Amino acid sequence: MDVFSDALNRDVYLTGFLWILKLTLAGGVGALVLGVLLAAMRVSPVPVLRGFGTAWVNTFRNTPLTLIIFFCYFGLFSTLGLSLSDDINLNNFWLGAIGLAVYTAAFVCEAIRSGINTVPAGQAEAARAIGMTFRQTLTIVILPQAGRAVIAPLGSILIALCKNSTIVGTIGLMESSNAMKELINANGDAVIPIFLVFAGTFALFLIPTGYAFGWLANRLAVKR
Amino acid sequence: MSTDAVLYDHPGPKAKVRNLVLTVVFGIAVLGLLWWIYSRFDAKGQWDANLWKPFTQSSTWTDYILPGLWGTIKAAAVAMVLSLVFGVLFAVGRLSDHWWVRWPAGAVVEFFRAVPLLLLMFFIFFGVPFITEEPMSIFWAVVLGLTLYNGSVLAEAFRAGVYSVPRGQSEAAYAIGMRKGQVMSQILIPQAARAMLPVIVSQLVVLVKDTALGYIISYNELIQLGVNNLSANFGNVVQAAIVAAIIYIIVNSLLTAFAGWLGRRTRRTGKAPRVTGAQQMTVEPGMGGGGGTS
Repeated sequence: MDVFSDALNRDVYLTGFLWILKLTLAGGVGALVLGVLLAAMRVSPVPVLRGFGTAWVNTFRNTPLTLIIFFCYFGLFSTLGLSLSDDINLNNFWLGAIGLAVYTAAFVCEAIRSGINTVPAGQAEAARAIGMTFRQTLTIVILPQAGRAVIAPLGSILIALCKNSTIVGTIGLMESSNAMKELINANGDAVIPIFLVFAGTFALFLIPTGYAFGWLANRLAVKR
Repeated sequence: MSTDAVLYDHPGPKAKVRNLVLTVVFGIAVLGLLWWIYSRFDAKGQWDANLWKPFTQSSTWTDYILPGLWGTIKAAAVAMVLSLVFGVLFAVGRLSDHWWVRWPAGAVVEFFRAVPLLLLMFFIFFGVPFITEEPMSIFWAVVLGLTLYNGSVLAEAFRAGVYSVPRGQSEAAYAIGMRKGQVMSQILIPQAARAMLPVIVSQLVVLVKDTALGYIISYNELIQLGVNNLSANFGNVVQAAIVAAIIYIIVNSLLTAFAGWLGRRTRRTGKAPRVTGAQQMTVEPGMGGGGGTS
């Protein structure tokens, strides 16, 4: 553990995980908003909206995140000149967050859509029978029940998003995996402790998060 | 709710008008977005024929894209076979009656599921050579990382599959005098494997996507050869990325369709146990990148 008694190395470690935290938050909020909108589009009565949602999901769900983030940097930023901040780190951070949000939204959309499918058809039929509109049916009857069914899948997506945010390191952000690489290259004699600290930090936060979401999903499940 | 149409009534005259208005408004918005992308490309000269022309030449495909695709498929295939072995071993380990087998197996599976795949690959590729004092083969670094992560995900899937086999099956097997090992290998695993077949195939989609991480440690796969090296020669990074994305989408859509077909087929013949409720396994492509959604 000598490596981490050095304040500089500790700083590398902390900065790395701070970026992961920020990426998870920014990507998560973006993916949730986009994903709910896409799910609403995919169940809407308007064919153009449905087609747009389907195209989005099929495109981004089948493309590797590495390629999406690569494109965000080399395509959007380098070639097309979309600059989000003058600070190079912040610019890379926002480009990465866009990539994460766009990719993860496809999975959020599908999770919510399969949550909608767990609500019995009678609920929607009853809502329509008492004269509710599409929007009322969706927001008052279907989504509140579907929301309880998607807690566990959304938890898995959040965990996956947190792990995926390491990929933003491809475009040069000093997040945790790049930080680990740097520490390993500088301290060849302490490779295993370095790996265990970085991997352990992820495990320490993500394994309890998984159990917490499982517990919450059980507690809030609609008993049928 | 099998059809989405249950959410709304058949459109009447008013709703038809409203839907039409929405169609037109959203259609214009989408067209506007596409036009904005087009003009942005145009302004930066990205429609220049020279940038697209390499894709009509056979040497581009034989020198860059196909070898890259082969690298991707090779790593994914080898990792798939190894993670199946890993998955079965650790699923059986987690189901063991002995705590000294169950706990370590559970710890290993939980650990590798929680660690980002990229972190694991960095450790294997950059860290392990310091310990063994021999250079690490880049192919095996990618395959080993993929195996440890996907094997752990598959172990959890197999465990759910074994639980999905009706209790009567193992009780009947014990009743006719089978031993624990026989019950597991002759009764439970064959039935669980059938139920899990679609999941296994859709895990292949995750593997194909995750081999892209190999690009970061410069393994020669589709992004490395087909995007990075190709665009270094022709200066067409945007075009190369689009072509690579299309190839990924085609390969993964085919795999997803195959998984869906397998799922419908095993359900129809009724040979696989019904997986219900919370254990319902999805045949949708997972998130990958060191994060499965199971």
